[in-house]
Amino acid sequence: MRKKALLAVLFIGIILFWAVEDMPAFGDPESRAARHTGAMYIERSYADVGIDNIVTAILASYRGFDTFGEVVVIFTAGMSVILLLRREGRL
Amino acid sequence: MRENVVIRTVVRLAVPFIQIFALYVIVHGASGAGGGFQGGVVFASSFILMTIAFDLAYTRRRIGSRGTMICSALGIAIYEGVGILCILYAGNYLEYGVIEAALGIPHLHGYLIDLVEAGIGITVMAVMTSIIYDMANRGGRSA
Repeated sequence: MRKKALLAVLFIGIILFWAVEDMPAFGDPESRAARHTGAMYIERSYADVGIDNIVTAILASYRGFDTFGEVVVIFTAGMSVILLLRREGRL
Repeated sequence: MRENVVIRTVVRLAVPFIQIFALYVIVHGASGAGGGFQGGVVFASSFILMTIAFDLAYTRRRIGSRGTMICSALGIAIYEGVGILCILYAGNYLEYGVIEAALGIPHLHGYLIDLVEAGIGITVMAVMTSIIYDMANRGGRSA
């Protein structure tokens, strides 16, 4: 069993290292992700939003609705833990 | 562990600095590295540290179960309120630009983002603290 698990881990690890070859170089301005939307955010986010941090501008302003969903997910997780663990003999 | 003077003293010294750092991370979200999620988790970690070093009752005197529930809803209400405010100023949901244009205050967009980040931070802090209360409370009485 442990040998099988080790084999599976090695197999997946080799595939992942193989895939690393295809990743763009760190900070490459010509990479696929930086050429389209990335350049647009860098050029326009200060004029659109007026704050220095581009990550926060995307998180809270461009993708504000998405972030609201994330906060609701965290809230739901907290409520679920309360419902499951704080029953006090009920149910 | 409750008798260990070193741990109790170090925690007593470290907790205020952790909480100040958490507030800094939340407030600094618009101008540097930071944000509501990270700051909220750092703030909750100070309560987790207090729960580990002292006990659950000590931490609950600072913020109780009722407090965490109210705070977790309050953070979402702040976020939601900013979104509804944008609709009241005849914009789309969470379209902060219309409020800045209507009131004519410069950089209001950034302040509204700070407000939203604070709401995220309050919710994340309260939910993390509430989960730790429930997980540390196995077998004991709750409430």
